[in-house]
Amino acid sequence: MSLKKNKSFIIGCIITGVILIIAIVGLFWTPYSTTKMSLELKFAPPSIAHIFGCDNYGRDIFSRVMQGAGTTFLVALSTVSFGMIVGTIIGFIAGYVGGWFDEVIMRINDVVNAFPSLLLALVFVSFLGPGLMNVIAALGILFIPSFARIARSEMLRLKGMQFVQSAKLVGDSAPRIIFAQILPNAYISILSSAAVGFNNAVIAEAGLSYLGLGVQPPNPSLGRMISEASNYLLQAPWYAIFPGIAIIVLVLGVSLISEGVSKVD
Amino acid sequence: MKYVLKKIITLIVALLLISLIVFLAFSVLPSDAAIAKLGQNATPERLAALREQMGLNQPVFVRYFVWIGNAFRGDFGQSLQYTGVSVNSLIAGRLGNSALLSLISFIMVIVFSIPIGIFSAKRRTVVGKATMTTVTQLTMGIPSFFLGVLITYAFSLGLKWFIIGQYTPPAKSFGAAVVYLIFPALAISLPKIAMTVKFLATSIRSELHKDYVRTAYAKGCTRNQVLYGHVLKNSMVPVITFLGVIVAEIVAGSIVVEQVFAVPGIGTLLITAITNRDYPVVEAVVLLIAFFIIAINFIVDMIYMAVDPRVKL
Repeated sequence: MSLKKNKSFIIGCIITGVILIIAIVGLFWTPYSTTKMSLELKFAPPSIAHIFGCDNYGRDIFSRVMQGAGTTFLVALSTVSFGMIVGTIIGFIAGYVGGWFDEVIMRINDVVNAFPSLLLALVFVSFLGPGLMNVIAALGILFIPSFARIARSEMLRLKGMQFVQSAKLVGDSAPRIIFAQILPNAYISILSSAAVGFNNAVIAEAGLSYLGLGVQPPNPSLGRMISEASNYLLQAPWYAIFPGIAIIVLVLGVSLISEGVSKVD
Repeated sequence: MKYVLKKIITLIVALLLISLIVFLAFSVLPSDAAIAKLGQNATPERLAALREQMGLNQPVFVRYFVWIGNAFRGDFGQSLQYTGVSVNSLIAGRLGNSALLSLISFIMVIVFSIPIGIFSAKRRTVVGKATMTTVTQLTMGIPSFFLGVLITYAFSLGLKWFIIGQYTPPAKSFGAAVVYLIFPALAISLPKIAMTVKFLATSIRSELHKDYVRTAYAKGCTRNQVLYGHVLKNSMVPVITFLGVIVAEIVAGSIVVEQVFAVPGIGTLLITAITNRDYPVVEAVVLLIAFFIIAINFIVDMIYMAVDPRVKL
C-alpha cells in the first residue's frame, strides 16, 4: 500500500500538522499572557473569549495549553534527536566492529532496555534535580539504547550484502561505507522507531511534570496543569480535560503516522 | 541447563551493574547524606563528625561494598528524612499495597486483552478494522495519570463509588482494599490493554497466513477450530515476551498513579524520597524495582523456553 492511499498516515499527518503549528506558535505568541493572573476570571468556564476557560488564577487555559504543548514538543524533539543520533552512531560502530565492544554495548543495552523509561527518568531527575534541561538530559540518555539496538541490527543485516562487500573491495573507508551504503538503507527503520520514541518522550515528560519534577512554574506544562487541576475537578473540570486532550492528540497523530509507515512495503 | 545458567549469571551482573550505577550517581552529588540530614546551615564541625560516624569519609568503592554487602543481607540502612526509621520498615509498610495494585492491574490486562484481541483479529471488514485501530490507538496514547484524574472525576466525585484518599490497607480489610484499588488499576491497565490487544491481533493475523493453517482448513477444520485449536497457541508465544514488558510498564505506571489516588505504596514512597533527597530510600526502592523487573524477565525467558524449545539451541 502506498503512503498516499494510507488513511492512517494521512489522518496522522493532518492531526500532527495542526497541533504542531499551534504548539510552535505557542512558543512565541499566545492570545493571552500565560502568567498574568486575574481575579475576575478565576474558573471562568469555556467561552468565546477564552475557549478552554480559565484556571484557578484566572489565566487563559488555551494560551497555557499552546505554550505547554510547545514545550512538550521541544522536549520530545530534542530528546529523540539526541538519542537517535548518538544511539545510531553507537549501534553502527558496535555492529560494524563486532567482538567484545559489541558484546559490552549490547549487555548494557539489555539492562537499560528492560526498564520503563519513566522509572529511569525519575532516577536521573532525582539526582540531577528537577527542571526542563535535566528532563531533556535524562530522557535523551535513556533513548540511546533503543536506537543503538536498531542501528546495530540494521548494520548486521546490511554488512554481509554484496553492495557493501564490493564497496569494501573498492577500498572505501569505514565512515564512507556507513554514510553512503548503510545509512540510506537503514534510515526507515530508525525513523519509525523515532516515532515510537517521540510518543514515549511526550508521555514521560508529561508524567514527570505531573509529579512536579519537570518544567517549573510559572511556565506552563501540560502535566503540571493536570496535576494542579485535579484539586479543582468539581469547580472547573475543563481545567484538567483540555491539557489532557492536548497530550492525547499529540500522541495519537504521531502513532497514526508510524502505523501508516509500518504498513508500507 | 547451560542456557538457564547463562541467564542467571546475566541477571546477577545486570543487578550489580544497576546497583553500582545508582550508588555512584548519588555519590557524585555535591550535597551528601550528612548535609541532607543536618540541613544547609549546619556547622562544619558537626558535619565532619556526622560524616565520620556515617562512614562518608571512606573512598566511594569501600562505601559501595559496605552498602551492597548490607543490601544482600537485606539491610538498606536508615532513612534520612525520618530519623531513626529503617528503610526496610518504610518499604515493608507499603510493599503490600503496591504489589496488590500491580497484581490487580495485571489480571485486568489478561482478562480483557485476550478476548478483545481475538475478537479484533477476527474483524475483517474495513469499518471493523478502522474502528478497532482508532480505539486502540486512542487508548494507547492516554497517559495513565490523566486517565486517573478522569476516573476520579467520574467515579469518585460523580458517581461517589469510592472516596479518593480513603484507602483501607489489605491487612485491615482485604475486600475494601481491592475495591479501592480497582480504580487506580483501571487507570494503569487501560492503555496496556490496548497495547496487548493490538499486539495479539497482529500476532494472530500473521499466523493466519502460514502453511499449517491452510493444511488445517484442507483437513476440514472450521474457522473457529483453526483459530482456537491451532493459531491461538502459536500466536501466544510472542505475546508472552510482550507481557513481560507490560508487567514492567505496570510497575512504572503505578508509581505515578499511586500519586493520583493517594495510595500509600512504593511509588508514593519513591516520589516523597526524591523530593526530600532521602537517598537511602531512593536507592533501596530503585534496587527493589530493578530486582523485580529483572526477575520477571528471567521468568519470561524460562516460560518462553518451555513453550518454544528452539530458543535453547
